[in-house]
Amino acid sequence: MPELEFVAPKTAEEAVRALAAGAGKARPLAGGTDLLVQMKSGRAKPSAIVDLKRIPGMIGIREAGGAFVIGAATPGVLLGEHAALVAAWPGVVEGANLIGSTQIQGRATLAGNLCNASPAADSVPAMIAAGATCVIVGAKGRREIPVEQVATGPGQTSLAADEFVLEIKLPARPPRSADAYLRSIPRTEMDIAVVGAGVNLTLDAGGKITAARVALGAVGPTASLVPEAGAAIVGTTLDEGALDALDAAARAAARPIADKRGTVDYRIKIAGVLARRAARIAYERAGARS
Amino acid sequence: MSKLHITTTVNDDPAEFLTDPSTTLLDALRDNLGLTGAKEGCGSGDCGACSVMVDGRLVCACLVLAAEAEGRRIETIEGMAQGGTLHPLQQKFLEHAALQCGFCTPGLLVAAKALLAENPDPTETEVRYWLAGNLCRCTGYDKVVRAVIDAAAEMRQVRRAS
Amino acid sequence: MTDILDPPKLKVVGTRPIRPDGVDKVTGRAQYGADLVMPGMLVGRIKRSAHAHAKIVSIDTKKARALAGVKAVITAEDLPNLGSEEYEAGEGGGDLRDLSLNVMARSKVLYEGHAVAAVAATSAAVAEAALDLIEIKYEVLPHVIEVEAAMAPGAPVLHANMFTQGLPEKATKPSNIARVNKLGRGNLDEGFAEADVVMSGRYTTQGVHQGYIEPHACVASFSEDGQSTVWSSSQGQFMVRTYCSKLLDLDVADIRVIPAEIGGGFGGKTTVYLEPLALALSRQAGHPVKLVMTRDEVFRATGPTSGAVMEVKLGAKNDGTITAADIVLKYQAGAFAGSPVGAGSMTAVACYNIPNVAITGYDVVTNTPKVAAYRAPGAPIAAFAIESAIDELARKLDMDPIEIRLKNGVADGMKAVYGPTYTNIGYLETVEAIKNHPHYAAPLGPNQGRGLAVGFWFNIGGESTGAVHINDDGSATVVTANPDIGGSRASMGMMAAEVLGLPVELVRPVVGDTTAIGFSGLTGGSRTTFATGMAVTRAAEKVVEDMKRRAALTWDVPVEQVAWENGAAVCLDASKDVKPLSLKAIAGRSGRTGGPISAEVSLTAQGAGPGFAVHLCDVEIDRETGHVTIVRYTAAQDVGRAIHPSYVEGQIQGGVAQGVGWALNEEYVYDADGRMENAGFLDYRVPVASDLPMIEAIMIEVPNPRHPFGAKGVGEVPIVPPLAAVANAVRGALGVRMCDLPLSPPKIRAVIDAQAG
Repeated sequence: MPELEFVAPKTAEEAVRALAAGAGKARPLAGGTDLLVQMKSGRAKPSAIVDLKRIPGMIGIREAGGAFVIGAATPGVLLGEHAALVAAWPGVVEGANLIGSTQIQGRATLAGNLCNASPAADSVPAMIAAGATCVIVGAKGRREIPVEQVATGPGQTSLAADEFVLEIKLPARPPRSADAYLRSIPRTEMDIAVVGAGVNLTLDAGGKITAARVALGAVGPTASLVPEAGAAIVGTTLDEGALDALDAAARAAARPIADKRGTVDYRIKIAGVLARRAARIAYERAGARS
Repeated sequence: MSKLHITTTVNDDPAEFLTDPSTTLLDALRDNLGLTGAKEGCGSGDCGACSVMVDGRLVCACLVLAAEAEGRRIETIEGMAQGGTLHPLQQKFLEHAALQCGFCTPGLLVAAKALLAENPDPTETEVRYWLAGNLCRCTGYDKVVRAVIDAAAEMRQVRRAS
Repeated sequence: MTDILDPPKLKVVGTRPIRPDGVDKVTGRAQYGADLVMPGMLVGRIKRSAHAHAKIVSIDTKKARALAGVKAVITAEDLPNLGSEEYEAGEGGGDLRDLSLNVMARSKVLYEGHAVAAVAATSAAVAEAALDLIEIKYEVLPHVIEVEAAMAPGAPVLHANMFTQGLPEKATKPSNIARVNKLGRGNLDEGFAEADVVMSGRYTTQGVHQGYIEPHACVASFSEDGQSTVWSSSQGQFMVRTYCSKLLDLDVADIRVIPAEIGGGFGGKTTVYLEPLALALSRQAGHPVKLVMTRDEVFRATGPTSGAVMEVKLGAKNDGTITAADIVLKYQAGAFAGSPVGAGSMTAVACYNIPNVAITGYDVVTNTPKVAAYRAPGAPIAAFAIESAIDELARKLDMDPIEIRLKNGVADGMKAVYGPTYTNIGYLETVEAIKNHPHYAAPLGPNQGRGLAVGFWFNIGGESTGAVHINDDGSATVVTANPDIGGSRASMGMMAAEVLGLPVELVRPVVGDTTAIGFSGLTGGSRTTFATGMAVTRAAEKVVEDMKRRAALTWDVPVEQVAWENGAAVCLDASKDVKPLSLKAIAGRSGRTGGPISAEVSLTAQGAGPGFAVHLCDVEIDRETGHVTIVRYTAAQDVGRAIHPSYVEGQIQGGVAQGVGWALNEEYVYDADGRMENAGFLDYRVPVASDLPMIEAIMIEVPNPRHPFGAKGVGEVPIVPPLAAVANAVRGALGVRMCDLPLSPPKIRAVIDAQAG
């Protein structure tokens, strides 16, 4: 039987060394809500588990100048309890907090959701829309990339075997900005998104949208930014025409597959519906801040 | 396979055990410590029957490695009744007949206790969403939700009186 | 039979005491199947087929046996190769050879997840490694999943020796249609000729699982002298004993089965999967063996109930009188014959007094797990079709859906299509209760719809034993052999307490093992409170008679001069200046008055009153996403008499929740290779707490004179109406009839898009 090793390094450097020693078969552990399920089903057979949670700074949220730095092992429940983060990035927090149950929220992390690289990951469209970046450490040092560059396909990431995500960064934002995330699932809770949509926008004093980012999940191999959808509402007050254009742009960008969770046709239509609804929520939130 | 020696706290008592790196906290509680109140209904975090608290946070013990418990504070259903007295939630579950087969009950109770610690006066909707990760196939949740709301009311009253 | 006691005289029955096993269950102390640990116990694992249909060319277990820590490896070669033999066990029955082949495949695997070999080892890790070392060569065969595909000419044949039963002429070619059964009366042509309005529809459902939260689990210990003990979570310890005896060719007396607490069954634990294998492993290993399924195994290898295709044609006069019903039911049986299509046929129109009826049922084998009983087996499926069709018929007639149910509803003295003449039924009372409920007249909001549906279930009696032991301190112990799934110990204790005149806290009911109490059929068919309750009541009456006799001796009066009131013997002879003798006093002196006071009664209970349920459901539809929200649900049911009303309500609410799941989201999904794609609670979507509203349960009490307290079975009928109640509500909200369950969001959105053109 293959030996499995468990290590809980106290520094990022030690963690990188442990991952490097695993030569691709070592897996970092944060919340474990994906990794342990994969191990149980036999899909993952790691040689070593590197628990990142004992590295200082890995759990916790730091705020500086309106920007946020979120330790990669910070569970969803802590995001929801951070009043300033919820106020600044309600959409990112609601995306994170939609992952699984209350129990899952006690463990699951933004970074884990990102690196699991599921096209349906709930927090990822919201993070992409937010313009979040992540700091990655590895044997070659640190690098910072936009979150949309992490997943390269279902279950595939751009991280090297010795790399892991150290933290997620959310930028400082202009006034009258807000975001929102919505997903569609068959039940009211506990399901994987059939479609997800994140919208992040900024208004001018007159209520006109000056900047918008729209990202979709579960309608392609990775969650992705849809620039045309954002462009469709910039310069508008989110009137019906703008919403129609947004809806059309989201549908046009959706390239879903049919599976046990939804049909192609359904996913395309719902991408439009959710983009509309999330945009309305984000718009109302931003408007309430003027 | 080399075993790890884990020292932890379970229901306020020190506990230690040897475990394989791949063993879950659920299996360690059940097999090493003999605490079989937490149940395995799915092993994938979808049913909540293994709900326990780790450092004051509600989690599924099937999705925590036993090795992660080192130095942590674990609370299980076995620690819920204190000194021979049932917790108000336990008492209300009995009074409301909020259990049928009883298999999901320990998990529901641990989760409900975590809810009331955070939100002493939850609405029906808040109870339903908080407990959405605890599957119950017998009751249709009706009496479970009523029991939690009733226990919350009683606990608020006790708190006001004291 | 004694008279039914008048409700005002009852002190315990009808109250809501705390269940006797409750504290153990809220403290985590209760021991379920997987909780037991034995000294020297080994861990077992099962090797399962990855193919939906294949010939087993060879199985090589040499490498697995050679692995350090492996103590036993078994295949079908280690079990007796049984001949065909019919068996009967509570709900459903079948062929012992099929049961044996389902427990362990021999020469052919018939579904993905079919057990092929099993190992026992010193640890789970070793056992799992051993499974990987078992080498199996398969010759993969074409497979068939859907029921009509399996019936079609040229379909892959599962069993070369299966010739359709029930045909007018003897079948000459093997077929996947195990049986065709026909049921009916009157003359269909005349019935339709009388009709002013005819409607017909085709309805389909997918396989669904019982979804109990506790996976199957057992521990078996086989001793060198041939005696063995099995601890298991099941719906019947005697059922487990019988099957282990038959499948392993062991003497019944050599097997002791001890029931663990059971974490839900809903019919799915009325058969065996693990126990014979654990015994065979233990026999080979010389140690106790524990076998526990994973959730994945539960979905792939146990349960489920049938997916079905149904055709319904109804005829009615303009005044709403239904004149004819022509019904065809095609049910998946899974890998072996024995779908619940027979019960589906019998229950289909049991709520209606229709003169001309023809029902044809097809029992069809498919490359899916052998179906197991699921709460009112077969009835919810048929009711979905019939109640949808009745709803459409009412619309065609421009008739209130409740009026068509009242006009054609069954009442005492009417003969059911399936045979008996109804007596003491409460169907019309139950319909009236819904008609008069504020819910029925409440206004609906935008995008909302209201659905009504009715349902029937036979309920059964059968063989039961109950024992009552009076302890010398004045308390009582009640022993039955029926695993307590939903609070039946409470009702057993309450019925005994009522007869004995004791406070319910002084009566402790337990579930005994197969050596502690006489034979009893399993917990199923909604029979326990009725049949076992009858045995317990009779046993309590016997000990009361004994205590009265002892009091009579003490007072030197004839026993006829002694009454039993409020837990004490009372002397009716006014000439005697004696105080009543309490049960406690009599019990304390039992050693000097004839010895222990105790009685055990075994009986075959007959006269279980059928259950009728009428459900009303409001839904709201999100027309953009296709989501259905259950906004209100009211369920009325004739319960005979509620022994413990809280647990009766709980049965109703639980049945509704399962039915709603069946209606909206639950289904077995297979890929092109016949492998289940959603074998977990993530994608097999049972309702969660936030999916449901409160469920109002209304208990209608039309007592059953054949039960000492008037009880009727209550556990099954509440799952019969919800599929159609939800579908009818969706019909109301959408304006379009949806005939294919589940009513999942993509299907609803597609209908809305089609409406928009």
